[in-house]
Amino acid sequence: MPALVIVAHGSHLNPGSHGPAFAHADTVRESGAFAEVREAFWKEEPSFREVLRTLDSDEVYVVPLFISEGYFTEQVIPRELRLDGWDVSLWDSSGTDADTATLTAADVEKTIHYCGPAGTHPSMTDVIVQRAESVTGDPDVGEDVGLAVVGHGTDRNENSAKAVKYHADRVREMERFAEVKALFMDEEPEVDDVADYFESEDVVVVPLFVADGYHTQEDIPEDMGLTDDYREGYDIPAEVEGHRIWYAGAVGTEPLMADVILERAADAGADVTEALDIVRRRTATPAAGD
Amino acid sequence: MNDSQLDALREAATDGVACDGLSVTHDGSGYTFETPGVSHADLSETEFDALATENPWFVSNWEYWNGLDGATKAYLRWVERADEVGVRERYESLVAGLSREWGQLLVTAGLGEDGERVYELRHTADVDVEVDDLEHHDDPLDARELATLDDDGEYRPLKTAPTLATGWVFPALDGRDLVRTVEFFYPATVANWHREREGDLDVTHFRETAERQTGIYGVVDDLDVDGVENLAAACCVDSQCLKRREWDEDGSTELDVPRGDGVFPCREPCSLVVAAARQWAILESEEPRTYEIELTPSERGQIETLIEAVADGRVDEVREADVGDGANRYRARYLRAKRLDDDGGFEGIREKDS
Repeated sequence: MPALVIVAHGSHLNPGSHGPAFAHADTVRESGAFAEVREAFWKEEPSFREVLRTLDSDEVYVVPLFISEGYFTEQVIPRELRLDGWDVSLWDSSGTDADTATLTAADVEKTIHYCGPAGTHPSMTDVIVQRAESVTGDPDVGEDVGLAVVGHGTDRNENSAKAVKYHADRVREMERFAEVKALFMDEEPEVDDVADYFESEDVVVVPLFVADGYHTQEDIPEDMGLTDDYREGYDIPAEVEGHRIWYAGAVGTEPLMADVILERAADAGADVTEALDIVRRRTATPAAGD
Repeated sequence: MNDSQLDALREAATDGVACDGLSVTHDGSGYTFETPGVSHADLSETEFDALATENPWFVSNWEYWNGLDGATKAYLRWVERADEVGVRERYESLVAGLSREWGQLLVTAGLGEDGERVYELRHTADVDVEVDDLEHHDDPLDARELATLDDDGEYRPLKTAPTLATGWVFPALDGRDLVRTVEFFYPATVANWHREREGDLDVTHFRETAERQTGIYGVVDDLDVDGVENLAAACCVDSQCLKRREWDEDGSTELDVPRGDGVFPCREPCSLVVAAARQWAILESEEPRTYEIELTPSERGQIETLIEAVADGRVDEVREADVGDGANRYRARYLRAKRLDDDGGFEGIREKDS
C-alpha cells in the first residue's frame, strides 16, 4: 500500500498552526487507505526536505494543504521534495485546476504523485457549505442567508483570489444561499464592508484559510466590526450594522477537509473508495439538535 | 521460545540462518546448529528441535530480528547494543531493562513474552521518577502534542531544542511503535542516523541551501562566511539544538563552531536557521557606523550583561531584588530612565563622521 503525505505551512510562532494537518491526517490514517500517513511542514518538522525518507512505502501521494495554487505549490514544495523534472506546465492549470503529476524524488527511490492543493479541489466547495452548516448549527442553512467566502487577496499572486472566486461561483450555482460574495482582506471588495454587500439579514462568513491564526482570529473579526479587540472575543452571531454575522473561522479546520485530501489522492490514482465512505460518515455535519 | 518460532527456524534453515552467534543450516545430510562455543552437525529433526529448545534465547532472538528491517531494525539493535553484546548477556540485561539516550529521550528495551521486546520511552530527566507518577501514553501520535509545548507552556518551533517537556511515559511500546514515537518527537532523526551509519548521509551545506532559496528567502545567500559562523554559533550548538551539525559553509570550508555532541546528525540548515539567516542577511547589509555615547563603566558592563542574559535565556532566573545583577529588571529600568529618551533611544547619542 502507498503512503500519503500532507504538506502544510506550519509556523515558527503559532502552536495551533499545525492542528488542521494533524487532525485531517488522523482522520485519513484511521480510514486505513494508506500504509502510512505523514504530515510535513515548511516551518516545522518533518520538513519537506526530509519527510520522504521517513517512509517505508515506495509510492507516495503528496497533497498540499494549501488554499491556492502559487508560490508554494508550484515552486517551494516540488523544489524541497526534490521532484526531478517538475515543471508547473505538468499541471496544465490556469490557476484553479491543478490535478496531479507523477515524478521521482532525487534523494529517495520512490514514485511521487504530486497533487494540486486541497483548496482548489471542486469538493472544497462542499466544505465551505458544511462550514456554514457547522457554524449556524443548521444543516439546511441557506434560504434568506447570505454567504461570504473570504480570501487574503494579494497583488503578488492572482491565483489567491481565483480560488476564492471559483468557490464563491460554485456555491452560487447551487442556488442554495440567497446571496454569495467573494470578499478579501487586501483587495476590493473588502471584508471590512461586509454589511454593505448583503441584503440578507443573516450572513455567514467563511474565511478560505487552512488554519486559525493571526488573520482569522484577529484581523478579520476586528475588520468586520465583530469586536474592537479580538482578545475580548465576540459573539456568533454578532450584530453588525443591522446584519447578523455568523463568523465561521478558518475553513481548513472543518473535519470534512479530510475528504478533500482523499479526493486529491483519488484523482491521482489512489484506491480510496472505501476510505472516502468512512471519512464522509465521520465528518458529516451532525443534524441540528444532536 | 514457542512452537511457531521453532517452526519458523526449521523452515528458515534451508536458506541458512545467521544471527547474533546462532547459525543454522539444513541440507541433504541434516541440520547443523551452532551457538558460540558449541557446534553440532548432521542432526535429525528431533535432535535439532531438542537443541533449539535448549537454546530458547537464541531462537527467539533470531525470530525477533528476522521480523524487522531497515532503519527500524538498525535503531532497535542500537538501543539494546545488539552488535556489541552477546545474546546470553543481553537477555539477562534486558530483564532489568537496557537504556539508551536519544536527545532528551530515554529509551529502555525490556524483554516481553517469548523473546518479544517491549520498550519504554520517557524524558531523560524523569529517569528516577516512579512510572506511576508519570502521565501514561500508548499512542505514538500523542508524541506530536507532547513535543509542541515546553514545561513552561511555551511553543517549541524546533523539535530538537533541549526543551522537551517532562512528566510523561510510553510504558510499553512494540519496536515499530517505539520508532514511530521517537520520530514524532524528533522527526527524521532515525532515518538520517541510519543513513549516516550506512555511509550515505546526504549533507547539504549552507551555501547550497542558500542558493536554492527564492522569494523573501532569496537574500539568505548574501550572508558571508563570517555571518554563517555567527549563525551556527547562535542556533546550532548543544544549548539550542540536540542535533549534531554535519553541514558547513560548503564542502571545502568547515565552520569553526563545534558540531555538537548529538547522537543524530543534522544534514542541512533547518527552516528556523534559514529564517534567522534571512533576518541577519538583511541586517548585515548595513554598513557599520561609529557612535559616541556617554556611559559609566558600570553601565557599559551592564549592557554587555543584558546581551549575555538574553542570549543565554537567563532573564527569568534573575532574582526580583538582585539589583546587583546587570540583567535585573529594576536595574534595566533605572538605566532606561537615566539614559534613554521618550522614544527609547539613547539620549545625546552622536553619530561620528567616519
